[in-house]
Amino acid sequence: MLKIRNLHAKIEGKEILRGIDLDVKAGEIHAIMGPNGSGKSTLASVLAGNEAFEVVEGSVEFNGKDLLDLSPEDRAREGFFLSFQYPVEIPGVSMTNFMRTALNEQKKYRGEAPLSASDFLKLMRDRKQLVDIDSDLTNRSVNEGFSGGEKKKNEIFQMAMLDPKLAILDETDSGLDIDALRIVANGVNKLRRPDNATILITHYQRLLDHIVPDFVHVLYKGKIVKSAGKELAYELEKNGYDWIKKEME
Amino acid sequence: MQLSEHDIALQRLFAENRELIEKDAAPEVNAAREGAMEAFSKLGIPSSKVEAYKYTNLQAWFKAGYTQAYGLNGATSEALKQFECNVHELDSYTLFTVNGKFVAGSNVEALPDGVEAGSFAELSKKHPELLKRYYGSLAKVEEDGFVALNTLFATDGIFIYVPKGKVVEKPIQVVNVLTGEQDLMVNQRNLIVVEEQAQARVLFCDHTMSMSRFVVNTVTEGHVAESAMLDFYNLQNQHNGTVQVGAYHFDQETRSLLNANYFTLHTGVARNNIFSRLGGPHAENHISGLYVIDKNQHVDNFSFINHAVPDCESNELFKGVMDDASTGAFTGRIFVAPDAQRTNAYQSNNNLLLTENAKMNTRPQLEIYADDVKCSHGATVGQLDEHAMFYLRARGISKEEANILLMYAFAYEVIEKIQVPALKEQIRELVEKRFRGELDKCDSCVVCGQLGTGRVKSE
Amino acid sequence: MASEQDKLLEEVTNREYQYGFHSDIEMDVLPKGLNEEVIREISRRKQEPEFLLEFRLEAYRNWLKMESPDWAHLKIPEIDFQDMIYYAAPKKKPQLNSMDEVDPELRATFDKLGIPLDEQKVLAGVAVDAIIDSVSVKTTFRETLAEKGIIFCSFSEAAREYPDLVKKYLGSVVPPGDNFFAALNSAVFSDGSFVFIPKGVRCPMELSSYFRINTMNTGQFERTLIVAEDDSYVSYLEGCTAPMRDENQLHAAVVEIVTLDRAEVKYSTVQNWYPGNKEGKGGIYNFVTKRGICKGDYSKISWTQVETGSAITWKYPSCVLMGNNTVGEFYSVALTNNYQQADTGTKMIHLGKNTRSLIVSKGISAGKSQNSYRGLVKVSKKADNARNFSQCDSLLLGDKCGAHTFPYLEINNPSAKVEHEATTSKIGEDQIFYCNQRGIDTEDAVGLIVNGYVKEVINQLPMEFAVEAQKLLQISLEGSVG
Repeated sequence: MLKIRNLHAKIEGKEILRGIDLDVKAGEIHAIMGPNGSGKSTLASVLAGNEAFEVVEGSVEFNGKDLLDLSPEDRAREGFFLSFQYPVEIPGVSMTNFMRTALNEQKKYRGEAPLSASDFLKLMRDRKQLVDIDSDLTNRSVNEGFSGGEKKKNEIFQMAMLDPKLAILDETDSGLDIDALRIVANGVNKLRRPDNATILITHYQRLLDHIVPDFVHVLYKGKIVKSAGKELAYELEKNGYDWIKKEME
Repeated sequence: MQLSEHDIALQRLFAENRELIEKDAAPEVNAAREGAMEAFSKLGIPSSKVEAYKYTNLQAWFKAGYTQAYGLNGATSEALKQFECNVHELDSYTLFTVNGKFVAGSNVEALPDGVEAGSFAELSKKHPELLKRYYGSLAKVEEDGFVALNTLFATDGIFIYVPKGKVVEKPIQVVNVLTGEQDLMVNQRNLIVVEEQAQARVLFCDHTMSMSRFVVNTVTEGHVAESAMLDFYNLQNQHNGTVQVGAYHFDQETRSLLNANYFTLHTGVARNNIFSRLGGPHAENHISGLYVIDKNQHVDNFSFINHAVPDCESNELFKGVMDDASTGAFTGRIFVAPDAQRTNAYQSNNNLLLTENAKMNTRPQLEIYADDVKCSHGATVGQLDEHAMFYLRARGISKEEANILLMYAFAYEVIEKIQVPALKEQIRELVEKRFRGELDKCDSCVVCGQLGTGRVKSE
Repeated sequence: MASEQDKLLEEVTNREYQYGFHSDIEMDVLPKGLNEEVIREISRRKQEPEFLLEFRLEAYRNWLKMESPDWAHLKIPEIDFQDMIYYAAPKKKPQLNSMDEVDPELRATFDKLGIPLDEQKVLAGVAVDAIIDSVSVKTTFRETLAEKGIIFCSFSEAAREYPDLVKKYLGSVVPPGDNFFAALNSAVFSDGSFVFIPKGVRCPMELSSYFRINTMNTGQFERTLIVAEDDSYVSYLEGCTAPMRDENQLHAAVVEIVTLDRAEVKYSTVQNWYPGNKEGKGGIYNFVTKRGICKGDYSKISWTQVETGSAITWKYPSCVLMGNNTVGEFYSVALTNNYQQADTGTKMIHLGKNTRSLIVSKGISAGKSQNSYRGLVKVSKKADNARNFSQCDSLLLGDKCGAHTFPYLEINNPSAKVEHEATTSKIGEDQIFYCNQRGIDTEDAVGLIVNGYVKEVINQLPMEFAVEAQKLLQISLEGSVG
């Protein structure tokens, strides 16, 4: 589904990603871990098409298409979803209007008919239930006045609405209390299907207790330096990142 | 101050037509002309060298060459039937003026007992004491050349009176129509009096019906007495051959509430002078404006919020979107008098420039003479937030659509302040259409659904 | 509580002006009044080259046609420009080689001022150009600087020794007809400092000048010109004091700064001219034009000012951001007390591409004073990607003073991002109470809070200056809580 080869990217002249290689297949859950500043969030931003970052080298193939060649919206329409680490507040744009516009534009791209207002509202209700989100979230402006936890839950709700093929969750677990974490994790698990995939970017083992990854990768200084099964996460939790740093230097 | 040749011509015009001007006007209105004459001879029409008019030069427009709107120029209530004037689903009392003169009202007989809304000339006969007390009490001729000019030439306008304790639930809608085959100058005068514990919602909408050039100078005075409430809306949707100076002077007493909202969706050159005096403790006001302009349009909102006494609160929000080669200007002065302690005053002006030829000049100002105050102002000029833009695009929304959504969201903060749901919905729709380019910008009266008049070439 | 605070307020705000002594130094003065002959005489006494005289006369003729500006939020009494002395110099004209040769009275004056003119202060690494009334008295460290090719001398000397440089840059930022007071200065300026930093040189020490008005009825019109060539850097400090006098004295200075490619100039002022007594009698009228031009790409000019003195301050240190990627900064603390009036701020004129400016202004009003911020941010049509952020805060101490904010934002380019924020408030009673509860008395608490309030600006000053500025602020208002 996703093939990253030798990906290099920089921001304001500083190279952050220094040759990433990663393969993600349908049905898989990958976790990317690593110390602060290792480039985890940069990877997510680059894949989503944030123009602040410049790709200097490498390629990314997404379902046979050159991802780097697409605009951010076309990446989304191809089924790529980013759960933002810091979801943006957009006062004045209602969640309903926002989601409806997003969903129908994606449908248009795929040559499908747009949803009618009533079908759309039905879908909203349905998805809210699926991810356990209380209704008042959707009657407000996008993320405006949301608590940290609400914002993250809102990201998962949007993911449920848009039904992506590949979702990257950028530190979706950080700042969440245990209940919110469970809601987020349940949402992700319920949305899991053999034909979609998820990449979890996280700091902590905690999330991985709720969403069990098939692979764990360690990112360090802009490179994936270690890949293994879920047991690697436990090892990191126990020993920290120092042993990896030592191994590298 | 040296008068320009245009000023002198205007003086002469007045002298020559004084009889005609004074014929049907109320004695109180006529009595004010002497003072206006003297003031105008000192002030004239302000040039852009006058600090308050730094960003808008109106001298070129105000000259004697126009036909003066003493009469109705052929427009009668009969002629108005060609357009239906009501805000979609807005149940209101409606009044019409044509070229500054009251011509017809619908539904006004249903107004609550004692509440008056109608011709300035007519109602002044019924309530001469009100006129005597309030006419020219806020808009002082010696403070502004345009007020002086208006007081000199004014004959009629709209007079709204809500006596003590009366609550008018439905909005009173005043439709000001400009029409005629010749270029025209109009000096309209309005007076709103809301007595103790009374409440009213007043909606003024200004628009044009023919292609001629219109030079309009309106003065509206509004008194909001103790514990009274006034909700005031002004909607401008005129062709780009219109030049309008609108002065709005409000005075508020103890525990009164004023909401004043200004929407400029299309015009030629528009200048709003908004003065509000908080004259009794615990008075509160919310003054806001939205200007969405393009081509060579020019909009200048000038406001002066006067905290004359302690314990009042003011909130001011103006937002603008400038497209093509349009220019916007904003001046907002918050004045806190000595000893006006425990004042809360907030002001904000935000602007989007869409093209390289659009311009914005903004002057938020604080003038504060009391120490126990919380005052702030902020002003920004810039573009749409790029983080929000990316967030929308990352959800699959195209750049164009995201643009419209964000511009709309930008404007919504002002629209949200409208207290009349049907009107809010109307404006909301209109602004969105406007951003989508679906609305031919001066196609029709936005509020009234009046047929389009096309565009007048700007000079 | 309130009355106790009032008492404290009075105690502190009534404090005497610490620098208000007068020195008996023999002066060589021209008679009162201004005309072309006086200007020629000034030029003659200073043995100036011809072009300077021409410059002066052109300015004078401009000035005659101009009117004193009236747009500021100031009440300026009529100034009689004929009832004023335009030239006063210490008679024993010092051509000195060592500190011992300096007139003892003068040295005592400097000692009282705390000017680092002696050997101890030499260690602090400060080079000083001291100006009493109109003439530069002594410049220290000349040799050290000369080794690096840096010129730091009095303006008169520069006019004689480096006429080409002076001719090239004088009036290039503030033309002789720029405004009423700049024109007056251009006509009659008597001395000032000249700084030239050659290509690639980083000035190894802070350059400093002290101004002091001594003689009665003297106008002080110093002229400072700073030129920083490609890749150079200098930090320049200016301090000002004046003796106490009942009459008002006029100070109308002009400072011009030019930075070429990648050069940086930091200009810091601590202005403590005599503010008048507590009834508002006497004090300096401070009408100053300061402007820098970032001519070369990637160059930077940063103004920092701490204004505590003068009866009237009219001053807008500005940056013309002409080169691409240039940066302008303005940090200001303006404090007014008693009957002082200040109308001060900055202009940031964005002309080049990718230019940035930052404005941080902190006003403090006490007594019956009026304190205004006035600033312009202008983005011209071609100035793509200009950025400005302005933060202008006002603090009111007492209910008889005024604090005002008058920014102008004129934006003619859609890629600009310009933000202005301003707040006005008084010192939080809860903050003071919190300090009291921790055992800090009200006076110290106010000092603490005000210091915190102005910190962002003070931090921009070099260390010794920052300490002095803080002391000045303490003296000027500590405890002023109404």
